Amino acid sequence: MREITLSQAVNEALAEEMRRDPSVFILGEDVAEAGTPFKVLSGLVQEFGKDRVIDTPISEPGFMGLAVGAAMTGARPVVDIMFGDFLFLIMDQLCNQAAKTHYMSGGKLNVPLVVRTNLGATRRSAAQHSQSLQALVAHIPGLKVALPSSAYEAKGLLKTAIRDNNPVVIFEDKLMYQDKAPVPEEEYLIPFGQANVKREGRDITLIATSSMVQVAMKAAEALASSGISAEVIDPRTIVPLDEATLLASVKKTSRAIVIDEGHQSYGVTAEIASRLNEKAFYHLDAPVLRMGAMDVPVPFSPVLEDLTVPTPDRVAEAARRLCAGEMIHAA
Amino acid sequence: MTSMKATPEPQADRSNAERYLRMYRQMVRIRTFEEQANQLYLTARMPGLTHMYSGEEAVAVGICEALTDTDRITSTHRGHGHCVAKGAEFRSMFCELLGKAEGYCRGKGGSMHIADQSHGNLGANAIVGGSMGIATGSALRAKLFGQDDVTVCFFGDGATAQGLLYEVMNMAALWKLPVIYACENNGYSEYTKTAEIAAGSLTARAEAFGIEAFRVDGQDVLAVNELAERLVARARRGEGPFFIELETYRYHGHHVGDINRDYYRSKEEETLWKTERDPIIRMRAWLVEQGIAAEAEIEAMNAQIRKDAEDAVAYAEAAPYPDPSEVDMHVFTDVLHATRIGA
Repeated sequence: MREITLSQAVNEALAEEMRRDPSVFILGEDVAEAGTPFKVLSGLVQEFGKDRVIDTPISEPGFMGLAVGAAMTGARPVVDIMFGDFLFLIMDQLCNQAAKTHYMSGGKLNVPLVVRTNLGATRRSAAQHSQSLQALVAHIPGLKVALPSSAYEAKGLLKTAIRDNNPVVIFEDKLMYQDKAPVPEEEYLIPFGQANVKREGRDITLIATSSMVQVAMKAAEALASSGISAEVIDPRTIVPLDEATLLASVKKTSRAIVIDEGHQSYGVTAEIASRLNEKAFYHLDAPVLRMGAMDVPVPFSPVLEDLTVPTPDRVAEAARRLCAGEMIHAA
Repeated sequence: MTSMKATPEPQADRSNAERYLRMYRQMVRIRTFEEQANQLYLTARMPGLTHMYSGEEAVAVGICEALTDTDRITSTHRGHGHCVAKGAEFRSMFCELLGKAEGYCRGKGGSMHIADQSHGNLGANAIVGGSMGIATGSALRAKLFGQDDVTVCFFGDGATAQGLLYEVMNMAALWKLPVIYACENNGYSEYTKTAEIAAGSLTARAEAFGIEAFRVDGQDVLAVNELAERLVARARRGEGPFFIELETYRYHGHHVGDINRDYYRSKEEETLWKTERDPIIRMRAWLVEQGIAAEAEIEAMNAQIRKDAEDAVAYAEAAPYPDPSEVDMHVFTDVLHATRIGA
């Protein structure tokens, strides 16, 4: 199978959906000729024109609001939020308007829009360009949240997101834009709410999202050499969450670590760990561990920044201790 | 800014008699709806509270009379007037106010979130200024799709303090969107005089973006409608956006429970607006004077509206509440019960 980058995968998904459905358009800062700072959208304006690849002023709440209104009246906007950190700027439009409109109208109004944004630290971009804020939006009923972990997922999930009649926030790992993965030439979609078992194992389940899937896979390899068989599962969407696949795995392995690049406290890892605890407690041989980003603003200095995110070594070490029966805290 | 000066009352155009009467009727319907809603609150038959539109009827009616069902509006927390003026029915509105299953939003929205998709009302909004992006986005969709509908964004003077307005007016002006920003200046931003929260002129804010701005007497339904007809037609031709400041007055407090309000405005001021500038009294006098309707006909019309409203209240009070199983419905379009996933 051919291999393309995550950036190309996103670009292809948008192009295919825009060819298929004339109501799909892109709205955001520097999305047209510039193709975004990461060049993810390069070439789209040449094919679809400036009416469908719309450069906006630097007014995130404003153009997010426009997307909500356009979506409520029949369009399918794909909003580009240049950095995940800028989600804070659009909170009212996303969480008070888009997320609640279908419910508040008793099901009469739909808001079929996609917010494309990114996550991920270790790019030496400091505290306002490095956050992974998926927990923030996953907390709000009415929003679906997708976390692609490779080019393959990025394409299939984005196409599904664009066809979904609900507001969807999709986070791309900005450090993975140039990472290649096998992506079929023919069209495919990845349904929401279906986790992907990346690697089968017997002793422990590593549940990892987005950027952390690679971390978990590397940890699993390291663990294999020390005789521990780790299963790696990528939920792919956290809303909806494929609880059944996660529970089945944990019931089999009896141990789990949940890894996500958002801050650890009150985060995605906490939510998933809590559900496993509630629903698989009597199958567990060890506490379910959370491994998120350290609860500090992301620091600039590389020496400091690298301490804040889970690494394969730290995941493998935690897994070894869990499997050895050591009671450890999710520090 | 173009100021629509108070002109001598115009001569009636007989061929428009039906329209004049419809505008009068719609204003009375709003006032009557509100009287009933206020009674429901005062007698503790309505959950929560509500924000009354009484006094501002000519704004909603004068503008919505210039719109068709395919034109959209966005409304505010003070939204009953816009909702009625855009074509909503009493029954579904009272059912919504009482949280009943037959309400416009199946009881999930209440007074502050009534939306009436069938008449192009994209909904009231409980975030002050929250719908400015929605209205402008609706207009963007019209332009992108080559559709000729116009969107009117209603908001109050208080909402001009929200930054969102300036972001969306900038884009609307850049892209010549068919949206009309209708600023209902009722003199008060919740419990505070507008003069204390707004520096400079309101219309100048729009003019800074190159948006044509107008100021009109919001208590004169004919003047409001004349201006709205003109601007809606121009917006349809791609000459928008526009901004209108409508000088009006809120008879009640910020909400129905805001009874003792001497600390921010005087009884004398309220009385003056109610007796000297009331849009319904004014229109009624004009209709009679111009021979469009006799006093007796108007009395009969008012009585019928009152009866309709009372019947609708009775209907809503007797109507069933939503089934408890509806609580997690309508969270997502494609999930019947959102909290049962994976449960």
